[in-house]
Amino acid sequence: MGSLIYLKDVVSLALDREKCVGCGMCLVVCPHEVFSMNNGHVSIGNRDLCMECGACARNCPAEAVTVRAGVGCAAAVINTALGRDATSCCCVIELDGSAESRGAKSEVSNRSSCC
Amino acid sequence: MGLPSLNQPFVEGSIQTRVGPVPWIFSTLALADRWGTIKARWGVGRMRYIIEPGLYALGNPDDQAPVLVTANYKMSFDRLREALPGRHAWILVLDTKGINVWCAAGKGTFGTEELVRRIESSGLEHIVAHRQLILPQLSGPGVAAHQVKKLSGFKVIYGPIMAADLPVFLDAGLKATPDMRRKTFTVRERIVLIPVELVNALKWSLIILPIFFFLGGFGGQNGYWFNALNYGLFAIVALLGAVAAGTVLTPILLPWLPGRAFSVKGLAMGMITVLLLTAFRTGNLSDWAGRAEILAWFLLIPAITAYLAMNFTGASTYTSLSGVKKEMKWAVPLEIAAGAAGLFFWLGSRFVV
Repeated sequence: MGSLIYLKDVVSLALDREKCVGCGMCLVVCPHEVFSMNNGHVSIGNRDLCMECGACARNCPAEAVTVRAGVGCAAAVINTALGRDATSCCCVIELDGSAESRGAKSEVSNRSSCC
Repeated sequence: MGLPSLNQPFVEGSIQTRVGPVPWIFSTLALADRWGTIKARWGVGRMRYIIEPGLYALGNPDDQAPVLVTANYKMSFDRLREALPGRHAWILVLDTKGINVWCAAGKGTFGTEELVRRIESSGLEHIVAHRQLILPQLSGPGVAAHQVKKLSGFKVIYGPIMAADLPVFLDAGLKATPDMRRKTFTVRERIVLIPVELVNALKWSLIILPIFFFLGGFGGQNGYWFNALNYGLFAIVALLGAVAAGTVLTPILLPWLPGRAFSVKGLAMGMITVLLLTAFRTGNLSDWAGRAEILAWFLLIPAITAYLAMNFTGASTYTSLSGVKKEMKWAVPLEIAAGAAGLFFWLGSRFVV
């Protein structure tokens, strides 16, 4: 069976070919083979396989890859919308792609098995 | 120096190093470790299944031995060490507050900052002669390899996704095959996630089921207990069926259910469930109360299974936040509307008709 594909044409992944230095780090960290390398140039081959985990953007030394990183978890979206502590789901939502949820409580409830 | 305590059940002793006694661990798991995994899978103490962060020694590592980095969720740590029988390695455990590697990377707790801090606090530069670390590939969302190099001098090498692939990766000279870099979501991987989802849904059911049972007794011509055992008991069966369809069958059958949105997959599962359940209740279609009740379940069960299936996005390994938000924009209102309408008809069948 091939890869599972979620909704089409929704992900926020973008690649700036001008900035790309062809180091291939995005190919290494991507868990869904979204990128491909041709003659030292990276391109986005399987956009719809992207899950916006943000590993490529974080590990791009040239800041050529951008994505609104977050965790595709409905429970986290609901918790955030209700103003509840989103860490009650093991995953949190980072709207700006930054990772600022340090100090997250460790004794949160058993909610959800995200990831 | 911040070395982890030797007084942890899985620590077998210590190895003297220039920075002090480093806890010594084995790759074989004890019965208590295996029991711990089972409990965590069922959601028992899952958020407190923690080991002390810092450096550990597996086998008899020297200053050339590889350094493998993991999270301080005990299950992550156990999967790593059990994958390395007969190997010698240093294991650097980050403080991820007991969260697994991938989730912690998403939160940033398994991140550049914590990694650099932990390299320093464990005195790693005095223990190994080389300057490279092997990280699980799924820590990528939190760790910027180039920044770690700049800040600590250590080069980050992303290893395979699964710890079980580490021996092959190590023996191949730190090369991962494309398969090792692809996150799958096999039926086995989906099944192990079921218990937590199920337990969580059943917690809610414990509150809701008795309410339906006792409300089921009211109304109609027959006596209270006759009704409760008829309508109330069927409500319990129907709701438990919805929970099983949403949290057990949907994950198992995920790739084969129609649609891409998880709510649609859950809806399909809910329709099958309600057809099977009401097939035993066609006798009730003779009066309006019976018809209203059946209609109610045709609304309630799919609403519940769609909602539960939607919640499984968080456990899946391939859903994006943009996609989940798009799905929820139409799915949540429909689920609420169908649930409310179903409740309305069910109560109507008991009290009005």
